[in-house]
Amino acid sequence: MAEAVQDPKLTAGEQLAAVLRERLAEEYGPGTEIEALLRLSGGASRETWSFDALKLDGTRQPLILKRDPMDRQVEKQYEGVPGGRLNVGRLVEGRLLQLAGEAGVPMPKVPFFLDKDERTTEGFFSHRLVGEALGRRIVRDDAYAAARPKLAYQVGHAAGRFHTIPLEILPAMRGLPAAEELLHYRAIMDSFHQPQAGFEYGFRWLQERLQLAGERYALCHGDFRNGNILVDQDGLIGVLDWESAHLGNPSSDLGWMCVRSWRYGYHDNIVGGFGDVAELLDGYEAGGGGRLDAEEIYFWQVFGTLRWGILCMILCFTHLDGEQRTVEYAGIGRRAAETEYDLLQLLD
Amino acid sequence: MPTDRPTAAELVEAVREFLADHVTPNVEGQLAFHTRVAINALAIVERTMADGGPMDAAELERLKDLLGQDGDLGEMNAALSRAIRSGAMDDQRGAVLDHLRKTAEDKIALANPKYLIQRG
Repeated sequence: MAEAVQDPKLTAGEQLAAVLRERLAEEYGPGTEIEALLRLSGGASRETWSFDALKLDGTRQPLILKRDPMDRQVEKQYEGVPGGRLNVGRLVEGRLLQLAGEAGVPMPKVPFFLDKDERTTEGFFSHRLVGEALGRRIVRDDAYAAARPKLAYQVGHAAGRFHTIPLEILPAMRGLPAAEELLHYRAIMDSFHQPQAGFEYGFRWLQERLQLAGERYALCHGDFRNGNILVDQDGLIGVLDWESAHLGNPSSDLGWMCVRSWRYGYHDNIVGGFGDVAELLDGYEAGGGGRLDAEEIYFWQVFGTLRWGILCMILCFTHLDGEQRTVEYAGIGRRAAETEYDLLQLLD
Repeated sequence: MPTDRPTAAELVEAVREFLADHVTPNVEGQLAFHTRVAINALAIVERTMADGGPMDAAELERLKDLLGQDGDLGEMNAALSRAIRSGAMDDQRGAVLDHLRKTAEDKIALANPKYLIQRG
C-alpha cells in the first residue's frame, strides 16, 4: 500500500473533505454532506478533526475523526529501549473505545473506521459529545461545580469497568509488566546523559518496592488523567485518548490519575484536582474492579510522577537534539523540575 | 561579562516585557500559546541570573559534605546519582533526601515559584 500523501493543489481540509464524503456515503448513503470541518488543536502527534455529517433526510450527526498525522511528525523511536514504543494504532484505539463502551464505561460511540489509502492515513470516527475535556476548566469552571464531587467516584467506576474486560476479547497489544516498564523509563533517562539525582532516588525507591506494584494484569488506558476525560455538568461522559493503552497493572491507571501535574492548582484534591483516593477506590469497587490497596495506588502515583518527569524530558530532548525545534518543548523541560519536587515530597 | 548597562539581565527583562506588552495583545491561537511559553522561559532566565549563583554554591557545599569529595557541580551530581543507583548511599537516606528536597525546592523557585507548597 502506498503511503498517504497530501495533494499540493488542495488544502489538507479539502483533501480530507473529499475522503470523508466518500466514506460517509458508504455509511449514511450517497449525497451525505460534510459541514463545519475543523482541525482541533492539541495532540501534536495525531490529527483530530471535528465536523458534521448532514444526511439526505436532513438529520445532522456531529462527528470526530482521529487519524495518524499526514505530515509525518518526528517522534522519538526508542527502538533499542526495553518496551520500545508503547502506542497502539488508530484502529486498535477505536476498537478499545467500542469495547469500553460495551463494558459500561461512559463513552462516545465509535460507529466506523477510516482505512488508509493514497489520500489518508488510518483513523476512527466517534460521535461528538457536548462536554469539556480541558482539565483546568473541569477543576475551576462554575459549570462543572455539580459534577466535581462525583468525578473521583465516577472515574474509579469507569476504571473498574474497563479493567475487567476479558483479556481474550481484546485486540493484540503490548504487555508491560511493572519491572519491564521501570527498565523502559530507566533506559530512556540514561539516554539523556544528564545525571538527575532526584530521579535516581525515585528509581531506587520503586525498585526496592516492586512487590507493591501488584500482580494483576488487565487492559490499562495508559494515560488516564484529568485532561483525557470528557465531562458535562452532570459528570463523566467519556474516557478519551486510548493511544497509550497496553496490558499492565491496573493500579497504574489509578496512580497516574493521582499525579499532581493534573490537579491544576488544586493540589489538596489528589484525584485529578477534584476528589480523594477513598472516593476513587469506592467507585472502582462498585465498578467491579475489586477492593484495591491504597499502598499499591501510592506506589503507582510515585511511578507516575517519575514517568511524567521523564516524558517531559523526552520532549525537551526532542528539541535539544534538533529533531523538532520549538520553544514549547524547551519550556516543558523545566516542568521536569516540578515532577522531581513532587516525587521527593512523596518519597521516604 | 560586561557590567555596562543594560546588563544581560536587563536585556532579557526588556525582551520579556516586549513580548508581554506588544506581542501578546496581537496574536492568538498557537502563536499566543508559544508567546506565553517564551515569556515564562525568559522569566526563568531572569530568576536564574538573580538567584542561581548562591543556590549553586549552597548545593555544592551540601554535595561535598554528603560525598566527602570535591569537584564541580556537574561532576558531583553525576557522582551522587551513581552512588544512589549503586546503593552506596542507602545508609544515609535521610541526609540524601534532605539534600535532594532542598535542591528541588531551589529548582522550583527558579522554574515556577507558584508551584511550591507552603508548609506551615
